[in-house]
Amino acid sequence: MALYGLIQAAVLLTNAVAVLHEERFLAKIGWSVDQSVGGFGEEPGIKTQLINLIRSVRTVMRVPLIAVNSVCIILLLLFG
Amino acid sequence: MDYSNQSGFRQRKLQPKFRMRGSAVDSSEPSQLFDDTSPGQSVVDKGQMAYAGQNLLSDPMSNLAMAYGSSLASQGKEMMDKNLDRFIPISKLKYYFAVDTLYVGKKLGLLVFPYMHQNWEVSYQQDTPVAPRFDVNAPDLYIPVMAFITYILVSGLALGTQNRFSPEILGMQASSALVWLIIEVLAVLLSLYLVTVNTDLTTIDLVAFSGYKYVGMIVGVLSGLLFGKMGYYLSLLWCCASIFVFMIRTLRLKILSEAAAEGVLVRGAKNQLRMYLTMAIAAAQPLFMYWLTFHLVR
Repeated sequence: MALYGLIQAAVLLTNAVAVLHEERFLAKIGWSVDQSVGGFGEEPGIKTQLINLIRSVRTVMRVPLIAVNSVCIILLLLFG
Repeated sequence: MDYSNQSGFRQRKLQPKFRMRGSAVDSSEPSQLFDDTSPGQSVVDKGQMAYAGQNLLSDPMSNLAMAYGSSLASQGKEMMDKNLDRFIPISKLKYYFAVDTLYVGKKLGLLVFPYMHQNWEVSYQQDTPVAPRFDVNAPDLYIPVMAFITYILVSGLALGTQNRFSPEILGMQASSALVWLIIEVLAVLLSLYLVTVNTDLTTIDLVAFSGYKYVGMIVGVLSGLLFGKMGYYLSLLWCCASIFVFMIRTLRLKILSEAAAEGVLVRGAKNQLRMYLTMAIAAAQPLFMYWLTFHLVR
């Protein structure tokens, strides 16, 4: 049962990251990608890494999340 | 004693088959796909086996079927090995289980008393780390796996002494401890990614390091069972301190840069951040140790 809770938490967290809109939200708080392409230095820094992580999660998980969410919806409809 | 039992059992199991095979020998039906190569055969059995085997092999139809069946089985096994190797690197896992008794003894001693050990570096052999059998500093997976299973059994024992035991509790304890382990490994991976540490720590290494705290937890719960709450708190305190020191000394060499690892205090934001990260990972261990065991000792 704890494993199921972990899967639920992971799906919810990934959904939360996928919902962050690039223009409407991230640009407003200065976390968009084009604002953070800093110099050509060696150390990206934590903020740049986070921004890159958010962008890559959104790009990679967009389609699988549709599938996972549909499966979750169907399961919740069937089994309450 | 159980050798004769074994062959006796096999005799009882095989005799009806022999009678059937004897009657169906000309209907060419392969009733045995693989040769029975087990060593537990008595003399009488071997005679019967040889007789039936000769009848089986001399039949070309069943010969063909046997050859086809064994080739199919080997094909299936090959395909499964190939596919499994893609998801779980089996050859890499074998490295982590190449341990022997001396290593396990030394490592367990190091986990509860790391204060006298001087050299914490992992020795390499032509760019690959040496197997744990030869180097006491190398991480292994044998101790964490065994400690995890022992922890589940000990928690079942502890709950049993408080009359709170039921068989489902074992499964629940196991899954919740596993979930905490997964969460901890993911958190460490995330923080290592964010701080851009160029390290050769693989995921399996992190699983091994996170699994070492189960040893301390077992010691704590067992002494809590034997000596009551005071024994639990004292031994947990000791094990927490030693796991803290163990993790810091091991991770310092892997995460921090070379200069800082040798003890020279290198100033700079990068190294400071890495030091904080090491201390955070090491400090999370005692927290988990307390969180996963305090409900077992009342």
